[in-house]
Amino acid sequence: MNRLKQLKPGWGIVPVVIFLGIWEMAARLNFTPGQFSFPAFSTVLMEFYYLTANGVLGDSFLSSLVRVLIGFSAGSIAGLVMGIIMGWREVINKALNPIVSLLYPIPALGWLPLLMLWLGIGEALPITIIFICSFFPILYNTATGIRTVDRNYVQVARTLGASDIKILTTVAMPLALPNIFTGLRLEAGMAWRVIIAAEMVAIPTGIGALMMKAESLMRIDIIIVCLIVLAVMCLSFERFFAFLETRLTGQWR
Amino acid sequence: MPSIELRNISNYVCHDVNLKIFDKELLVLLGPNGAGKTTLLNIIAGLIDYQGSVLFDGKAVDKLPASKRRIGYLFQELALFPHLDVASNIAYSLKVQKQSQNELEARVDKLLQMMKINHLSHRYPKNLSGGEKQRVALARALAPAPDVLLLDEPLSSLDMQTSKYLKMELKQVLNKLGITTIYVTHDLIEAEEMADRTAIIQGGRIQQVAAPLEVFFHPNNDLVSDFIGAPNILNCDYCRSLGQGIVEVNCNGLKIIIPHDGDVIHRIALLPGDIYISNTNPPGPQMNRFKGLITSIKPTSNTTRVEVKVGKRILLAEMSRHIFEDMDLVVGKEVFLILKLKRIRVYENKNGR
Repeated sequence: MNRLKQLKPGWGIVPVVIFLGIWEMAARLNFTPGQFSFPAFSTVLMEFYYLTANGVLGDSFLSSLVRVLIGFSAGSIAGLVMGIIMGWREVINKALNPIVSLLYPIPALGWLPLLMLWLGIGEALPITIIFICSFFPILYNTATGIRTVDRNYVQVARTLGASDIKILTTVAMPLALPNIFTGLRLEAGMAWRVIIAAEMVAIPTGIGALMMKAESLMRIDIIIVCLIVLAVMCLSFERFFAFLETRLTGQWR
Repeated sequence: MPSIELRNISNYVCHDVNLKIFDKELLVLLGPNGAGKTTLLNIIAGLIDYQGSVLFDGKAVDKLPASKRRIGYLFQELALFPHLDVASNIAYSLKVQKQSQNELEARVDKLLQMMKINHLSHRYPKNLSGGEKQRVALARALAPAPDVLLLDEPLSSLDMQTSKYLKMELKQVLNKLGITTIYVTHDLIEAEEMADRTAIIQGGRIQQVAAPLEVFFHPNNDLVSDFIGAPNILNCDYCRSLGQGIVEVNCNGLKIIIPHDGDVIHRIALLPGDIYISNTNPPGPQMNRFKGLITSIKPTSNTTRVEVKVGKRILLAEMSRHIFEDMDLVVGKEVFLILKLKRIRVYENKNGR
């Protein structure tokens, strides 16, 4: 039983290895239309090495990463602040909720044509798109988290001598953390999906733009490299926030 | 001067409530569900709006927010902060008051010891049992050394054994602290065991304020009488010990066996709900069961009250309506009454004490 438990963490890699093995075999044994349209995993790996060594992948990745970090951080902070205010003050919630409800369902990429005309093609465009993509869901989750804190906790804190601001910071916000993290976790992955789409459509640099260039050159191996980078980054960001959530709330949830 | 005084308190639940609670007194607020007990506590704590005036030591506190009223409030739901461990829950009010770390630790240690929960200090509420949560919540309510303690059905969520044990401890702690306390319950026996005085509340109005036994033996109106349940009061002619904490008493011709360790019993009380009715003589030891004739049947909103003549005495029993319908009881029918042994209340003083 103990040996099985020790083996457990390693087991996750087995399906991946099998998948990669089948991929390699399928490409090499010409089960697919050809190496050109379906490169082997080893070919993709080699291309990854070349793209990294010549700096193309690094530059593109860095461009996308900086945009995601700036847009996501700004959108999250703004969403958190607004969410806390709307969740805590019913008057402000009632005033702003109709506007938020109207804007929230618009997909982030839906803003692209408008923002291209307003901001032009430049760094502000993808950052703004990521900001919008992060802002509304995090605002919504934060406000819901704060608003749904059990009133009994608030009243207990009140009888224990806490001021409104103390109750907000020591009771409502910690108890809203699970909701807040749900928003952060989902939107961290979503930010990467959106930036790639935005770069494919409108921005000449970044991972998305690299994919579009590869498509015009019919370099499927490069496209797959970019997709793998995208998958790893989505997963890493989501896992980072899941880890943070467990660290902050795991003990008491 | 009363420690707490309520003058003409009204809101959407309570109507013209006037009540005085004296310094260091434990007043039990007793009433059925929905009577306005918790609402009245929330008014005293300043958590909801009201008309009228609440006075602490003669000074109106109506304009003070809950955070400034120096109240210790044990909520029925306890509401321990789930994100704080036991020590931090207890220390919450002290941190809010910005007490020094040394003072804070000393106070928390003292409360942990008093409530016998030292070993739980680093546990989170999700890892506590019902009784442990209750102790932590009480310690947290006492932490800021409040002038007034409000306890909202503190034992209602516990199993009978834990509740009994905790009741004794709670009483000891409250006696030791000598703090003015309002204790809410809907349990008559709990009220009798805890209270210096009892206030009966029904429909948002105070119906009677008196010593627990006064309420029990002399309800001052039909609402109180209905809530108490019109107990069967039996005066006892003699009382003899059968050994091992068991006594036999003769009350109005009925020989009743009671577990009792104290003085001579002069009176016993039986609530109608604590008397079973059976169509046949059930098997088992033939004690505390009597044959009688049904003399009247009175349906109430949820229950049915059945009067049974046993010898020269009429006993009132109460049962749920669906049980009554299953038993096919009619006036004049011969039935057996069985008294719940542990629910017989005894009084050693002729005045009912």
